[in-house]
Amino acid sequence: MASIPKPLSAPPLGGLPGKLLGWIDDRFPLSTLYKEHLGEYYAPKNFNLWYYFGSLALLVLVMQIVTGIFLTMNYKPDAKFAFASVEYIMRDVSAGWLIRYMHSTGASMFFVVVYLHMMRGLMYGSYKKPRELLWVFGCMIYLALMAEAFFGYLLPWGQMSYWGAQVIINLFGAIPFIGEDLAVWIRGDYNIGDATLNRFFAFHVIAIPMVLLGLVAAHLTALHEVGSNNPDGVEIKKNIDPKTGTPRDGIPFHPYYTVKDLVGVVVFLAVFTAIIFFAPEMGGYFLEAANFIPADPLKTPAHIAPVWYFTPFYAMLRAVPSMFSSQFPGVAVMGGATLILFTLPWLDRGKVKSVRYRGPIYRAFLTAFVISFLILGYLGVVPTTVWGQLSFLGGVDTATLVARILTVVYFSFFILMPWYTKIDKEKAEPLQVTY
Amino acid sequence: MSAIVLDQVDPQKRRVLIAVTSVVGAAAAAAVAIPLATSMKPSARAIAAGASVPVNLAVIEPGQQLTVEFRGAPHWIIRRTPEMVTQLGKNDALLADPKSESSKQPAYAKNIGRAMKDEWFVVKGVCTHLGCSPTYRKDIAAADLGAEWPGGFFCPCHQSKFDLAGRVFKGMPAPLNLAVPQYMFADDKTLVIGEDGKGA
Repeated sequence: MASIPKPLSAPPLGGLPGKLLGWIDDRFPLSTLYKEHLGEYYAPKNFNLWYYFGSLALLVLVMQIVTGIFLTMNYKPDAKFAFASVEYIMRDVSAGWLIRYMHSTGASMFFVVVYLHMMRGLMYGSYKKPRELLWVFGCMIYLALMAEAFFGYLLPWGQMSYWGAQVIINLFGAIPFIGEDLAVWIRGDYNIGDATLNRFFAFHVIAIPMVLLGLVAAHLTALHEVGSNNPDGVEIKKNIDPKTGTPRDGIPFHPYYTVKDLVGVVVFLAVFTAIIFFAPEMGGYFLEAANFIPADPLKTPAHIAPVWYFTPFYAMLRAVPSMFSSQFPGVAVMGGATLILFTLPWLDRGKVKSVRYRGPIYRAFLTAFVISFLILGYLGVVPTTVWGQLSFLGGVDTATLVARILTVVYFSFFILMPWYTKIDKEKAEPLQVTY
Repeated sequence: MSAIVLDQVDPQKRRVLIAVTSVVGAAAAAAVAIPLATSMKPSARAIAAGASVPVNLAVIEPGQQLTVEFRGAPHWIIRRTPEMVTQLGKNDALLADPKSESSKQPAYAKNIGRAMKDEWFVVKGVCTHLGCSPTYRKDIAAADLGAEWPGGFFCPCHQSKFDLAGRVFKGMPAPLNLAVPQYMFADDKTLVIGEDGKGA
């Protein structure tokens, strides 16, 4: 076992720089902030590949904000000009195509990174005590991100923008009693129109980004308060070296993890730029073909599918039949599927955090959950007729039946969790992290 | 200026003052939210743009569909042939709400044909599921819709099916029949959508 790295104790600054830092520190806690969040923030030394996605999410957030600012310089939030202004950015604005593709690819990559980040949290029990609030802030970020993506997708004012928004806004229309009025209030008109586009622009460029930044700050503050989890799920703060007063299994975030994360950034950017330059539409998954046709309120495209990151929930929505003359049950299931994530810390009764020491039942449920999420994601992209019809059960579409079963699997992961995590045979956690 | 002397502080008085300022402050914040929220309602211009639309019926052939825009949504006028009208009476077994009990239509359209006159079917072309516009499929027993297909409307978004009176089939994502708007015949050749002389 290698010796534990010590923080780089830089010699105190002398001369003019030292005086300047002293002057600032008397007025603003610069050195303290640096120590708390970088230089003396101790992270477990056994981080693996899964631990890249948090910092990558931060990178994509910054990229989205910067490219977004430059896109607004040429974009026009007006139903008459919006579509043309996006084409103008793509064709006539210098490097406009690059900035736009960075933004549109960034949206999809944001979800790739965030889904992997959430998967990490599930696997290693990063939502368990004392990280419940950290997880809740993360779930809120995920919701805000979905809202941000949804508002942004209307802005190019293509067919898929229009009809996708139509479907989502009508989800609110399905809420009993107030739904109809609520949908009109959201649209600002009887149908999606200029008023809707204009307000979605406001939400996309100001309201939601501010909420997102606030939530990210809260997420990081909570993280640095409780400390990072790790693949073993061992609390490194429980094992302090009395000589240094720092965790035996911890290494300072800077320079060890800043440098490691930079390697992740390089790999990520290689993939990211390859997509931008060679497959910016990703075969219709990142930018759908129907969105290159201007919005037409009188003509629904033959096949409507949301962008890939919404499709698991969309498949659930489609799978639930209407009940009591209302489509609300489907909407409730879809909303419930995202909101149930919040309850995770209080559903899990397992003693250990990491999947490495969990029992076979938890592993089986987690595997089933991930598989159901992926297949639902696929089913949300394709028409329900994709696998034909069954000869029994009144000739229901096979894909619809599968989606119904997988929806049940998805929810059982959460609803049955208090039961199966309690009876599961767990292994004992090691005293120190392994690597 | 005197310093706060702790033993002279009346905690009861402090609590009341804090509670009162909090309540008043919250009320003020709520009051400010009202104009902001109402600004998101349809503007006077948007409401005015939702006036009635006249349609010339002379241009529609039997069996043909005409789409007009009313309040930003597609509305269809279908000139049904006598065969189409006869077929409507045979669809009950397929339908979720054959008598349109829970669906939206004016009283004069709450019948089998869901129309004032059986020949002219006027309907809002917006799926009651999530607002897509279904496709007019009058081809009976179309290959992709099954041998039982009696002619009607098919929603491309979530595969809901409706008959030629806009009545939804059983087990579809759409819960209700297509909505019929208010309308009237100004004369033999002119239909007015959005107005029926009985108050809008």
